[in-house]
Amino acid sequence: MQALAGVDFEKLRDAAAEIRDRVLRNLDLYLEHFERTATNAGACVHWAETSADVNRIVLDIARQHGVRRVIKSKSMVSEECALNDALEAAGLAVVESDLGEYILQLAHEPPSHIVAPVMHKSKDEISDLFARIHQTPRKTAIPELCREAREIMRPHFVAADMGISGANFMIAETGSTLIVTNEGNGRLTTTLPRVHVAISGVEKVVATLEDAATLVRLLPRSATGQSITNYVTINTGTRHVGDHDGPRHFHIILVDAGRANLLGGELQSMLRCIRCGACMNHCPVYQNVGGHAYGWVYPGPMGSVLTPAFVGLENAGDLPNASTFCGECAVVCPVKIPLPDLMRKLREQQVERGLRAKRERVALTVWLALARRPRLYALIAALSAHTLSRLAGKTKLLHWLPFGSGWTKGRDMPAPAGRTFRALYRMREQKKSNVGD
Amino acid sequence: MSAIEQNAGAKERILARIRSAREAQESRRKIELQEIARHLDAHPRGPRLMIEDEAGMAGSMQARFLERARAMASTFEEVASMNQVPHAIAAYLIANGLPKEVVAWPEFSRLDWRAAEIDFASRPAAASDLIGVTGAFCAIAETGTLLLLSGSETPATTSMLPETHIAIVHADRSVATMEEACMLVRGAHQQLPRAVYFVSGPSRTADIEQTIVLGAHGPYRLHILLVGRASHS
Repeated sequence: MQALAGVDFEKLRDAAAEIRDRVLRNLDLYLEHFERTATNAGACVHWAETSADVNRIVLDIARQHGVRRVIKSKSMVSEECALNDALEAAGLAVVESDLGEYILQLAHEPPSHIVAPVMHKSKDEISDLFARIHQTPRKTAIPELCREAREIMRPHFVAADMGISGANFMIAETGSTLIVTNEGNGRLTTTLPRVHVAISGVEKVVATLEDAATLVRLLPRSATGQSITNYVTINTGTRHVGDHDGPRHFHIILVDAGRANLLGGELQSMLRCIRCGACMNHCPVYQNVGGHAYGWVYPGPMGSVLTPAFVGLENAGDLPNASTFCGECAVVCPVKIPLPDLMRKLREQQVERGLRAKRERVALTVWLALARRPRLYALIAALSAHTLSRLAGKTKLLHWLPFGSGWTKGRDMPAPAGRTFRALYRMREQKKSNVGD
Repeated sequence: MSAIEQNAGAKERILARIRSAREAQESRRKIELQEIARHLDAHPRGPRLMIEDEAGMAGSMQARFLERARAMASTFEEVASMNQVPHAIAAYLIANGLPKEVVAWPEFSRLDWRAAEIDFASRPAAASDLIGVTGAFCAIAETGTLLLLSGSETPATTSMLPETHIAIVHADRSVATMEEACMLVRGAHQQLPRAVYFVSGPSRTADIEQTIVLGAHGPYRLHILLVGRASHS
């Protein structure tokens, strides 16, 4: 891999995991340190317990500074809060500036990937959308579409009173926020408007500039295969005396919204996550069902852990079960989060808390009883395979299953081959020994 | 009462939740704080590229910088001295069919732009400006990156708003990695400038059908002039 030339990926992963763990072990102390350094540099630090609090605080900041127009660069935390809806309801004009997020804003759709949010849309759909909403001649080439978006958005950047960004990392040493972007919208959002609001989860603190540098070396490699993103921007405090640009007011919102509850528990390592999206890029389930099927902000394996943790296991019980446990997500994770283990823990919690369907528990009890009696198991398996194969007939598809009508309501079940694996294996061994004779 | 005032207890409640989960006892707080202070003070560097090891020859840093800059879709030219900069820029603008009208950082006012027939303005860039000329605090070899700092003499918009960004960097300002660049910034500034911009190539997007397009919200082109490289052959 070209992006990795010269640096040992395994060493980097170990270092990155330790950088994240170091902060998580003493998160309260690092947050207090960050608040001090950020405040000394001229920023105003806010604490939000819930996503609703985030929206209230942003609206309050907007009122305080007489803000009417808002430009946003990508922030997944703001997606958790449905911040755009809250701002629009309060009469503020909001424009998403990341090209993908902008397209989704026009289409009124949620993102389907945390790094490439509009992956689910084709160029033709975007051409139609732009022609309809921008009232311009329909463009067909991708560079033309990008230029049109740039030119439509430029006046919004210039006119905006407030820029809202996320923060990939917050640096305790210097009180800074750091963002990575390729489009350059992050730089404009944090430089042009007179008010800058950075929204970030409390877990995104790192200790030093050097620690941030190690993570920046890893994040783009895992996210897009780049050795570095086109832009890495570190913002510290407000406009200095004599400066021609930069915000006059800098607000940083530290968001809990379920994160602190993960500390000290079985899922703590999930807080290492740097939102690169590598786990979803390598996930066979994500590749088949797409991001929207996960039902909330975060898709893929990281979403299957984060979503139940943030919105409650009782509201997202299917997610930790939507995994083949192939283990690829843990292999590619740049901060070594054992994602399959965490999903397994969530499955255990579901059983312990009685959140699984009664039918499933009964089925597993029956299976367990059979599995302990190998002869009986073989007999029943052979009978079922035979019957189901007969039932399916020539199409080899079952439109209905005994005890499984819920499953077959929306799809067909491929029929068994008629003979069990054990029967086939026995036949093969016999054939071998015959040949041997 | 505003939402922010109503929210006054949020910090204590969030910190209490975090503390209740912490393995370390409150009695260890002092020790932990010392440990944190030590780490912040030492700010150790992680695994990174050792360019000296890669090729133990002088000038390898600049060579690596230019090679990586090219990989990030920057273009570049080497010039022996600052006096050659206006002519080099004029040649670049003509070759690319661009207007000979630039806005630049004040430090370049003393160069002879008239001789190169360039319309030169020393002011921060506005949204309508097409060519922005900046310097750079340093160049990072590992990734072909330029480091720009905000400041009264180094307006940030000049590298952001125009469609073409031309950056002038001295060869002796090359460092190996982001970590070395951070040390240089620490040495030059007690407190970090408001913004530290790492810039690697022109802006780009791959949001539509994962097709890379150069020129998103930032410049379409980044042209680097590397000045005064010693072992320039």
